[in-house]
Amino acid sequence: MTDTARYTRADFQTDQEVRWCPGCGDYTILASVQNFLAELDVPRENHVFISGIGCSSRFPYYMNTYGMHSIHGRAPAIASGVAAANPDLHVWVITGDGDALSIGGNHLIHALRRNINITILLFNNQIYGLTKGQYSPTSEVGKRTKTSPMGSIDWPFNPVSLALGAEATFVARTIDMDRAHTAEILTAAYEHEGAAFIEIYQNCNVFNDKAFIELTGRETRDANRIYLEHGKPIVFGKEDDKGVIVGPDGAQVVDVADVGIDRIQVHDAKAPEPGVAFALSRLSVGPHGPTPLGIFRDVSRPTYERQLTDQIAQAQDRQGPGDLDELVRSLGTWTVE
Amino acid sequence: MSEETTADTRPEPEPIDDVVIRFAGDSGDGMQLAGTRFTASSALFGNDLATFPNFPAEIRAPAGTLAGVSAFQVHIADWDILTPGDSPDCLVAMNPAALKANIGDVVKGGLVIVNSDAFDERNLHKAGYETNPLEDGSLESYHLLTAPMEQLTKEAVQGTGVKGREVLRSKNFFALGLMSWMYQRPLDPVIDWIESKFGDSPVAAANTAALKAGYNYGLTTEAFHHTYSVAPATLPAGEYTNITGNQSLAWGLVAASQAAGLPLFYGSYPITPASSILEALARLRNFGVRTFQAEDEIAGIGTSVGAAFAGHLAATGTSGPGLALKSEALSLALMAELPLIVVDVQRGGPSTGLPTKVEQSDLLFAMYGRHGEAPLPVIAAATPSDAFEVAIEAARIALKYMTPVILLSDGYIANSSEPWRLPDLTRIPDLTVDYASGPNQGDSFLPYLRDPETLARPWAVPGTPGLEHRLGGLEKQDGTGNVSYDPMNHEHMTILREEKIARIANDISPVEVFGDQDADLLVLGWGSTFGAIRAGVNRARKREGKVAHVHLRHINPFPANLGDVLARFETVLVPELNRGQLSRLIRARYLVDAISQSKVQGQPFKATEIAMRIMQLLDGKDERS
Repeated sequence: MTDTARYTRADFQTDQEVRWCPGCGDYTILASVQNFLAELDVPRENHVFISGIGCSSRFPYYMNTYGMHSIHGRAPAIASGVAAANPDLHVWVITGDGDALSIGGNHLIHALRRNINITILLFNNQIYGLTKGQYSPTSEVGKRTKTSPMGSIDWPFNPVSLALGAEATFVARTIDMDRAHTAEILTAAYEHEGAAFIEIYQNCNVFNDKAFIELTGRETRDANRIYLEHGKPIVFGKEDDKGVIVGPDGAQVVDVADVGIDRIQVHDAKAPEPGVAFALSRLSVGPHGPTPLGIFRDVSRPTYERQLTDQIAQAQDRQGPGDLDELVRSLGTWTVE
Repeated sequence: MSEETTADTRPEPEPIDDVVIRFAGDSGDGMQLAGTRFTASSALFGNDLATFPNFPAEIRAPAGTLAGVSAFQVHIADWDILTPGDSPDCLVAMNPAALKANIGDVVKGGLVIVNSDAFDERNLHKAGYETNPLEDGSLESYHLLTAPMEQLTKEAVQGTGVKGREVLRSKNFFALGLMSWMYQRPLDPVIDWIESKFGDSPVAAANTAALKAGYNYGLTTEAFHHTYSVAPATLPAGEYTNITGNQSLAWGLVAASQAAGLPLFYGSYPITPASSILEALARLRNFGVRTFQAEDEIAGIGTSVGAAFAGHLAATGTSGPGLALKSEALSLALMAELPLIVVDVQRGGPSTGLPTKVEQSDLLFAMYGRHGEAPLPVIAAATPSDAFEVAIEAARIALKYMTPVILLSDGYIANSSEPWRLPDLTRIPDLTVDYASGPNQGDSFLPYLRDPETLARPWAVPGTPGLEHRLGGLEKQDGTGNVSYDPMNHEHMTILREEKIARIANDISPVEVFGDQDADLLVLGWGSTFGAIRAGVNRARKREGKVAHVHLRHINPFPANLGDVLARFETVLVPELNRGQLSRLIRARYLVDAISQSKVQGQPFKATEIAMRIMQLLDGKDERS
């Protein structure tokens, strides 16, 4: 960061008309990301936004950076190619619950396990918006939609659990309405070396309005937002009177007064094993009731492209830079006079 | 061997012009290795050669069964040959199944060398023999020679330190030694190879011992005293190496990357018979090659599209089923107008089909297998060494025209080998590209502003200041590249993309007519059938009648002079390892009544088959299929 910011938000806006529905949570996320990039002292041309298909995937058209609106589900693969080809770029993946978890599930988990240096923003609105209201792989069981008139019988993915299961090195969750928290998570994700996965609860006011009302409503939000902070006991509620303990049966919510502050789980995002983070991710389904937000996991592992670059350097050290003359003779030759 | 040979009273080896030898055994018997080493010795000796490995899809089918037979055919000659030969003059059969599966191909009177130890009741039964063919007279029309190869191998490897089941693993070297004797091949290249491969180990000692034992068995056993020699070929002067198609294709991609001054990125998912391209490139990190073994076929091309966007020479490789999976991303690359090489090493289809066998049946899929109006350049390799040139040509077209290019190879080119006269690497065309570096219209940068000649758009890579832009699959407004749903713009852009590919016709070599320019009959081919067609045409020309041959490297667009050339001939015969796909393209484009010669048996054409069809047509006896 410099004293005089190089950019303003306007530098990251394009001349294209933003065409999300009025009131869509995507507007808030777009503003959060543009503001965040404006504050970074990073040349605009070094950002690349890759998306798949879906409402959220229109995002790159509105970012005045390099970008590609690609094909359904494949953004993590295309982004992996960009990042592996040029590790100096910062590569973002913009995706949704259908794009990332249904048609593109395979690419998501493999990009995470490889620890490719990309930042994945998964806009989770628990519905198919662009195709106008079918249930998604994060819709709750029983949800009535156009394609599930009697209620969905699909068990939903918990995106944070999935990312932890794929051994992602950075896993976080935030919510569109909380711009300060979104900025905080974006900063940490940006600074993370390797694949960073952020689930962003995003309201679709047309096809799935108020899906996250328990976390955003004035009446309920304090009781239901559990902000995870590394090194601090996991407490929440207006008076920090609630807390989370983690035992053999997983994580559970308790009254701090009942168990004493010493028994409350101290959050450790740097824990090498993802077990406790996974337990925390299971606290709420839906989300209904108290739901953790923040960084579940932030650990260090060599990135794919660093190892790739290292192998190239090692090979060149050992064998010298490639010589085509030698290569075509490497299987043995003979001469005809 | 000098001590033995000084006291030698055997007749001199019979000089022959060429010989076709097939090594056949269980897929675990090491026949591919024996064949490859025999080939390498022959190459070093200076023969011209062509090989044809033929193996089952199963890694280890049940031992002794017909399904598990693996074979390697090599054609060596003292002249410039075009094919691995139609029929073996000599078959080495390591067990009854190998004999049964291959004997039908051997020329009558041909040499059949058999490992008699494997002809016990159990193996005979597994191969479906009711009586022992070595004893029942059924092989009377061949020159049968037997050797107890297992017993002799066991004796030979005593004292080398190998034990148990490892002992018989060396029997392929015994067979190789015996064949080296029969055809007067030097053993030293094989021994050198064994040392480099196995070092100073019991396995190396056993293999060398078995090799020498095989050679000496021939030398001392009267039945094997009639030997043959094939003199070095009078090939054009130069330095040669023996190369398979996948190897040369991989090297061609590397050569193109150097010629373009761009790093090579190869995203791929293992699939037979394309995997060895990925393997070959993975060894070349010192060339800056980034291989990416993706999670699936889609990610194979997806990562390559990303790398192309980032400014690399990007390629992906696959076979038919994988090309199907890549289709959607290929259309994205077409729409985004990014350079990309897509290699399809064709195999028998549809579905899993015949994974280890050759077919040319993806041609129409390569031409049309995309949604929407989506024309792409399609080019094909003719021979293992041609794959090197074709890879460079694919890169040239992709980079110059900012388009994906489909490069068709096949299972035959992939695994077969031939001597390759090393090209003058200084004559590889300069493929240097200029990335866009600044505004191209006033102060602005239009990512879809086109070169007036090639219609290519500029390539602005991420990291370049001031040229930030967005690509995508949605239809583009001409020039700006912004999303456009305007009806007239879509039609305009569709035709523009088509025109861009069509213009490549003026930038590729015209077809050349080989053979009789004044013939009435033209044989038109593409891809790996080149050798068989050329040999068939030559054979027919020697016998009677006039025939011409045109081979196509570029299939989309066709070379500019193809229509005129076709119009010069009364009859056009199109032999293909499919049900007539090129012939359909020719009929549709040029209204020529092309005759299809089709073969879909998972095997290459024999030159004889082509020659016979030509003779039928010349004699006016053809019945059209």
